[in-house]
Amino acid sequence: MTDNHATDPVIHNPVGPAQAAGKPRPPRNQWLDVWDQFRTHKGALAGAAFFIFIVLAVSIGPWLWTVDPTFIDIRARNQGPSLTHPFGTDQLGRDLLARMIKGGQTSVSVGLMAMALSVFLGTAVGVLAGYFRKLDGPLMRFTDLFLALPLLPLLLVILLLFRDVLRAAFGPEAGIFILVVGVIGITSWMQTARIVRGDVLAIKEREFVLAARSIGTPNRRMITRHILPNVLSPIMVSATLGIANAIITESALSFLGFGFPSDFPTWGRLLYDSTDYLQQFPERVMWPGLAISLTVLSVNYIGDGLRDALDPRIRGR
Amino acid sequence: MLTFTIRRLVISIPTLLFIALVIFLLLELSPGDPMANVPLTVPPEVKEQMRLALGLGEPVHIRFFKWIVQFFWIEPLNLIDHFLGTGFAEGKLRVISWQTRSPVMDIVVQRLPQTLWVVGLSYVVGVAIALPIGIYSAYRQYSLFDQAGTFVSMIGYSVPPFFSGVLVIVIFSVKLGWLPSIYDTTHVVDSWDSFVVQLQQMIMPVMVLALQTTAQISRFMRASMLDNLNQDYVRTARAKGMTERVVVLTHVLRNSMIPVVTVIALGVPGIFGGAIITEQVFKVNGIGQLLITAIQANDLPMVQTLTFIFAVLIVLFNLIADVLYGILDPRIRYD
Amino acid sequence: MKLRTALWGAAAATALFPLSAHAAAHEGERGRDGEVKIIYWQAPSILNPYLSGGTKELEASSLVIEPLARYDTEGNLVPWLVDEVPTVENGGVSEDLTQITWKLKEGLKWSDGTPVTSEDVKFSWEYCTADGGGCAQSEKYGDVTSVETPDERTVVVTFGVPKPFPYGPFVGAQAPIIQKAQFQDCLGPKAPECTEANFNPVGTGPFKVTEFRPNDVITLEANENYRDPNKPAFATVTFKGGGDAAAAARSVLETGEYDYAWNLQLAPEVLTQMEAAGKGKNVSSFGTSVERIHINFTDPDPQWGERRSTADHPHPFLSDKNVRKALSMALDVQLLTEIGYGEFGRLTCNVLPAPEIYASTANDACKTQDIEGAKALLDEAGWTPGPDGIRQKDGVRLSILFQTSTNAVRQDYQALIKQWWNEIGVEVELRNIDASVFFGGDPGSPDTFQKFYADVEMYTNNFDGTDPEAYMASWTCDQAPRPETQWQGNNMMRYCSEEYDALVAEMAKTGELEERARLAKAMNDMLMQDYAILPLTHRGRNSAHANSLGGVQLNVWDSELWNIADWYRVKE
Repeated sequence: MTDNHATDPVIHNPVGPAQAAGKPRPPRNQWLDVWDQFRTHKGALAGAAFFIFIVLAVSIGPWLWTVDPTFIDIRARNQGPSLTHPFGTDQLGRDLLARMIKGGQTSVSVGLMAMALSVFLGTAVGVLAGYFRKLDGPLMRFTDLFLALPLLPLLLVILLLFRDVLRAAFGPEAGIFILVVGVIGITSWMQTARIVRGDVLAIKEREFVLAARSIGTPNRRMITRHILPNVLSPIMVSATLGIANAIITESALSFLGFGFPSDFPTWGRLLYDSTDYLQQFPERVMWPGLAISLTVLSVNYIGDGLRDALDPRIRGR
Repeated sequence: MLTFTIRRLVISIPTLLFIALVIFLLLELSPGDPMANVPLTVPPEVKEQMRLALGLGEPVHIRFFKWIVQFFWIEPLNLIDHFLGTGFAEGKLRVISWQTRSPVMDIVVQRLPQTLWVVGLSYVVGVAIALPIGIYSAYRQYSLFDQAGTFVSMIGYSVPPFFSGVLVIVIFSVKLGWLPSIYDTTHVVDSWDSFVVQLQQMIMPVMVLALQTTAQISRFMRASMLDNLNQDYVRTARAKGMTERVVVLTHVLRNSMIPVVTVIALGVPGIFGGAIITEQVFKVNGIGQLLITAIQANDLPMVQTLTFIFAVLIVLFNLIADVLYGILDPRIRYD
Repeated sequence: MKLRTALWGAAAATALFPLSAHAAAHEGERGRDGEVKIIYWQAPSILNPYLSGGTKELEASSLVIEPLARYDTEGNLVPWLVDEVPTVENGGVSEDLTQITWKLKEGLKWSDGTPVTSEDVKFSWEYCTADGGGCAQSEKYGDVTSVETPDERTVVVTFGVPKPFPYGPFVGAQAPIIQKAQFQDCLGPKAPECTEANFNPVGTGPFKVTEFRPNDVITLEANENYRDPNKPAFATVTFKGGGDAAAAARSVLETGEYDYAWNLQLAPEVLTQMEAAGKGKNVSSFGTSVERIHINFTDPDPQWGERRSTADHPHPFLSDKNVRKALSMALDVQLLTEIGYGEFGRLTCNVLPAPEIYASTANDACKTQDIEGAKALLDEAGWTPGPDGIRQKDGVRLSILFQTSTNAVRQDYQALIKQWWNEIGVEVELRNIDASVFFGGDPGSPDTFQKFYADVEMYTNNFDGTDPEAYMASWTCDQAPRPETQWQGNNMMRYCSEEYDALVAEMAKTGELEERARLAKAMNDMLMQDYAILPLTHRGRNSAHANSLGGVQLNVWDSELWNIADWYRVKE
């Protein structure tokens, strides 16, 4: 374990990996280095393993556990965990394991896609605003506008304008999926944008950036090679928090009728619906609660590991 | 920096007017009807009469203009009247809520105490806990403290308040009977005992909200500190023989504050916006609850006014954040 | 023998004792029982029911202002600010049914000490019917041509047409008497400017407002000028609003912080579990609310543009009575009711389930589910399963979009109904819409229940008071919402039958109760047997009160707080 190094940053060697090893090495692929470093991060490995498990469970789960998540067996309502229903059943007698699997498909994919969209938008706006002084004013005022818009009326208007269009173009399910991802994405990028911009403003005045600029590095390259890698950690944090946000927001949207139909399970929805039954059937709240928390936690560890692995100063320590 | 601030303040005015217009049009466009809460037993013709009485028959631009006049001219006059006892605003119609038929600003003022007590305090508590946790977690990365902090904050962030709020109510109000489950907004603090009662009714909503703030800010603090702890200047500072305390708390912390300042500044307007779900769960009835009931009842003047005040605060605090960037890192220049 | 008599005597004494003790305990001076705390999970925003039709405002204001007569728990009219309810028999209603004469009780006072006069009653009518006021209750004063005040205590209301049921004006929580002195400068467009009056009305009721915080909390204290010197038993009332039904129920049934919680629409098992904590109990009562499915007789297909869901285009398959009947047969209303409402719901096969004299028994077949029968019926009618299992005929697939408002119980109903309809080979897509949009009448929104851009929709409706005439008149041809009416109207199904319209016209002319009942039943049966409305559950109102709160009589025909003057604290 790198505990020594980690707990005492004084003695770490900040120079590149090749020198750290002390002897010449054949040039390696950068991504292999990243992977090597990632591997040494136990939390990240565990997180990645768990995340892959979740993804596998929700994607191939329906083949292994073939119960229909919307099938109502009214005689089996409100049951605790048993062999026929490992996670128990809900108030209408629907199998909770099947619903967790089906719900996971939606929640994980909405969470990832919406997070990706929001982080992409936020980073793009943030970097452009921070890097190009001319764009700063307009883009940040635009961000202010988005921050100020009341969410619910905005959702209603988006729904009004785009629901039928998307339904017609992509069919009911895909249409709503795009709508939900889009809605969450475009209403949650502002924080990332502000954070990234703040960091970029500071970084672009650093010596290495000035040096790179003085040798005539074009803007595109400046941004991708010098600026972006240095704002990675707040982006990672935003991404991690963004997944949790997206999963919960999705449930709120569906609950209000802006998202998936009511018989379409998602983790957030399952958590919301079972809150009323908190005292009678605590395990019913536990499953979606755990699933959301652990997924977010695993993404967080993956993010930590990636951040360390992508930082050349840490890599190879 | 001063010219920058002044210039930004001047630009804010057209920005805010534009935001006000966008909000107005958005509310106008959004489907919904102030009559939705009226029982179905009331016949449609009567509902139409009620809509006309609310002024819904007038064209959009006139209603927008009326709101602008009421908000920017009559409301400030009222404020002056209130403080100086003058009569400038007498007989002029203020911004009137459709639900309560009373001036919107009066209700906002009425809601401020509990909002500040609960949401404001939770924010202060959250930030106060988050900063040390973030700093220490980064300084001792992957220590037990860091791991525990990560675990608690991620769980805390991913469990939404509609669940955590009910959970603490069930534990502390129902099972243990220690704390009240319903916030009494009329409670007056005038003695030690009443202060204790106030503390008791505040503790659950404050903690539930602070958990979210703490989780978020401590993550950003930690990440930013980690970035900076490895920088060359830290090595230089240490080489110069500075104590760890000075190195970490002065040099590293100062340079790590930029993203954290952004997040904190973004969160402050949110205090005014209230915390919709938490307020609902604990019946705090602050501004968050006011906004959500107004939205549900399609009380457009109320929603418009609240959102606009919110917009003013957002623009203001983002400006403050920008000024702080310059103080934290003098290399940052805006012009 | 002697022993037995003694035992009987003892038994009788114990049986009687609590009663007499009760009676003794809850008699006494005004304000003896301190504070009573009421929680409504929807918070009142104004205390003037004429400016807000909302139930929460009606009920909150009923603590302060009162009508001349109101309905009791059985739906009977009881005199309130008068000594007797005028009828044709006692001469209070004229023979031609165009005039009703009310006589105020003697010595009535407002809470500010001034006397209540017939002028105040007349003013209440003027206030609600003033132009530009947007009075929510103006229907109560429909057809009133004049209100006269021959003396201080007498009020004569004249109608322009014969009124078989003349108890609209000044009756029930919707049409209370307000003080002329307080509201006289608030007529018409000026109504919203009278914030002080709207928040703090002077009334005749048992309590008066000390502080009103809109959408939050109301504090009230006993009215020292209330007509019964020994009432109310409580000195103050705290009326808290906000939160959600579960939290309100918890605060009464589990933590005991509050004494009374209103309208707890929660899963029955949740309520039973909370009740088990022993702090309070659930009470319920049945009015006229029926959860029902409305069937769209017109085609909601977007291809018709502005004319979708109008009578121009009949529905491709729901206009076939056999399909509607099959949909009805596939429902297990018993199960729905049990799961959604438990003991707070009853089976019904009528859209007009109460009062007793109007309730038809002709449609009871709906109580039993018959999936096989429904399949057979569809087979017979030529709707045969296609390759995907969905029935079709001539290229028309039985595919239904089922919309309702967002509400946990409704979504459970939707899920169950979808499963049954799938079983008989009907495809169902569910949609739930936020209540503020669904029940709003915004003609710009595609999601309102009036526009009905779906094949079936589900919600609850009821009627005020006990007279169903206006309610049954909802389903005439000209009540259909359509572009020409800005999509307003009550006939969501776009049901249209000359025969039905004729019955409505006949009822408007009929005065005799038995005959009115016959007509109402006939209309109800017609709708049921045409499967235009599929009734699901006769919903009760359920509320909860603390065990220590006595005197609660849940009333669905009027305000729930109608008899708060009689509430008292049960002594341990």
